[in-house]
Amino acid sequence: MSIFIDESTRVIVQGITGKMARFHTNDMLNYGTRVVGGVVPGKGGQLVDGLPVFDTVEEAVAETGAEASLVFVPPPFAADSIMEAADAGICYCVCITDGIPAQDMIRVKRYMYRYPKERRMVLTGPNCAGTISPGKALLGIMPGHIYLPGPVGIIGRSGTLGYEAAAQLKAHGIGVSTSVGIGGDPINGSSFRDIIQHFQNDDDTQVICMIGEIGGPQEAEAAAYIRDHVTKPVIAYVAGLTAPKGRTMGHAGAIISAFGESASEKVEILTAAGVTVAPNPAVIGDTIARVMAEAA
Amino acid sequence: MDIHEYQAKEILASFGVDIPPGALAYSPEQAAYRAREIGGERWVVKAQVHAGGRGKAGGVKVCASDQEIQKTCEGLFGRKLVTHQTGPEGKGIYRVYVEGAVPIEREIYLGLVLDRTSQRVMIVASAEGGMEIEEISAQKPDSIVRATVEPAVGLQDFQCRQIAFKLGIDPALTQRMVRTLQGCYRAFREYDATMVEINPLVVTGDNRILALDAKMTFDDNALFRHPQISELRDKSQEDPRESRAADRGLSYVGLDGNIGCIVNGAGLAMATMDTIKLAGGEPANFLDIGGGATPERVAKAFRLVMSDSNVQAVLVNIFAGINRCDWVAEGVIQALREVQVDVPVIVRLAGTNVEAGQKILAESGLPLIRANTLMEAAERAVGAWKNDLTQDTRVRAVK
Repeated sequence: MSIFIDESTRVIVQGITGKMARFHTNDMLNYGTRVVGGVVPGKGGQLVDGLPVFDTVEEAVAETGAEASLVFVPPPFAADSIMEAADAGICYCVCITDGIPAQDMIRVKRYMYRYPKERRMVLTGPNCAGTISPGKALLGIMPGHIYLPGPVGIIGRSGTLGYEAAAQLKAHGIGVSTSVGIGGDPINGSSFRDIIQHFQNDDDTQVICMIGEIGGPQEAEAAAYIRDHVTKPVIAYVAGLTAPKGRTMGHAGAIISAFGESASEKVEILTAAGVTVAPNPAVIGDTIARVMAEAA
Repeated sequence: MDIHEYQAKEILASFGVDIPPGALAYSPEQAAYRAREIGGERWVVKAQVHAGGRGKAGGVKVCASDQEIQKTCEGLFGRKLVTHQTGPEGKGIYRVYVEGAVPIEREIYLGLVLDRTSQRVMIVASAEGGMEIEEISAQKPDSIVRATVEPAVGLQDFQCRQIAFKLGIDPALTQRMVRTLQGCYRAFREYDATMVEINPLVVTGDNRILALDAKMTFDDNALFRHPQISELRDKSQEDPRESRAADRGLSYVGLDGNIGCIVNGAGLAMATMDTIKLAGGEPANFLDIGGGATPERVAKAFRLVMSDSNVQAVLVNIFAGINRCDWVAEGVIQALREVQVDVPVIVRLAGTNVEAGQKILAESGLPLIRANTLMEAAERAVGAWKNDLTQDTRVRAVK
């Protein structure tokens, strides 16, 4: 299967009765995702668009065999919901919620480590657009139709910039194996390196595209990993060359506060690790097409 | 969110961190009166602005008499203090903090931050206090002591002792140092701070450990559970454009260029700024109107961008995912009918139903410049700003 999800993955939506959650649940169902139910404490027993609602994730897993979860819960309660999913045996969780306090995420990360590695949940996000394996399943809020199935694995912090890349690839007739949003928060579930590791081991993925931005150490950390462990070609773009130091640019995590966190420094570090860096966001697709042609 | 020094000191003191005697004043007379209340013979008058580097910029002065305090304050109140952190426009001084001077034996740097590598709270300390942490890491990196806090159990006393010994603090003062560090950590944890910085933390001649300066920054995402912290917000210290944006739920950062940007999504907004720069222009702002791009938000965004008098062209770049381009186009048109926009507007739409969206823009009769790609949009925006559009790049909808 593709990394994380495919057409057989059973999915639940935490917070399914919310307006946005319902809208996107329908979108996921239309895409072919196997959504089997939802969780809202106190609303167990109800049906939402024909899907059963459960009071707890534990119950939802027991009744439906759910393996993946999409968290659509408001910021004050989102961390709690992620931990509930981790405890209930969910394997893969995507958290869409934007605005979770950083210290809540520190607790979530610590909590997840209480489970042995074999049964530890993989979390991507929060504050992300989700994960899609085109033609198979969609776990998130991205527009499915802009992605063709194909060999490129995409990892990005930003939602719409990821769409931009996918649309540019589609214009070249190039498809995507899986696109994973890791989100714009300073403390996130999975890093670039974590996802790159999955893509390196994924037979469906031949080329890896990472879309980074200013702030944090994760692009540099990925660069070191790519240099030492990745055999597939990696293309990158880093947003925020014009961003001033010390200012938060929309994403809570997009702030240059230390050495190596500016876009130009990240470009330098990635280039030194053998990554092909697209010089501007308008040529991400062109750059990938060129690298693929060279590799062929 | 940032707060003032005196507010940070008040919070830290309530967690057991010792501070020198001090009081806030809103006028020179009040400042002199406060100094008499505090007592002693020397006082430090400190301008309260949300920026570091106040001392070098003339915002911190030692005074030895009532008259001197009054005179110093007259020179501070109402002035804009320009430090290396404020930008050239500076920050207004409306409050001063008067503090009793203390005999300083040595200065220590102490900071607590959210460390993104370990994804934990990290304590950073150095015996080279008084210098900024950037300077310390560049010039005396070996003097820096670090410890990360295990979130399940919190900061342990042994970690505090370790820091105290590594800094060479007199063993008789170890317990005071432990109390100071624990106080800072508890304040950080309790109020969802993202940064606590005491620079300098001083050891006095009479064996006390005092926070001589204090800075706290809070997680905006956690303010919902700390109304008492939200109340400390001081709008006089913010860029008025950014305050207006924050009140309207938009994410905006003012910059110095003249091409205004309206974009959905933070990453795409940064990418759009970068592309403008690449095309030879300078962005006037970062603005993320959120994934939705509803007509109301687009209209709000136009009002905000147009309130910046430097703006000479506006670039709208929307990637319609879940929403459709035709709907976004209607929103742009509605916004342009509501808001007075007298500079060229360049619109680039991409994503779902892009053809329908372009058609609506073309048929609107509004003098919009349309673009298909991000690069084209940036080039046309820069071209429109430079006013040298050649005939074939001009795509004006003339009906």
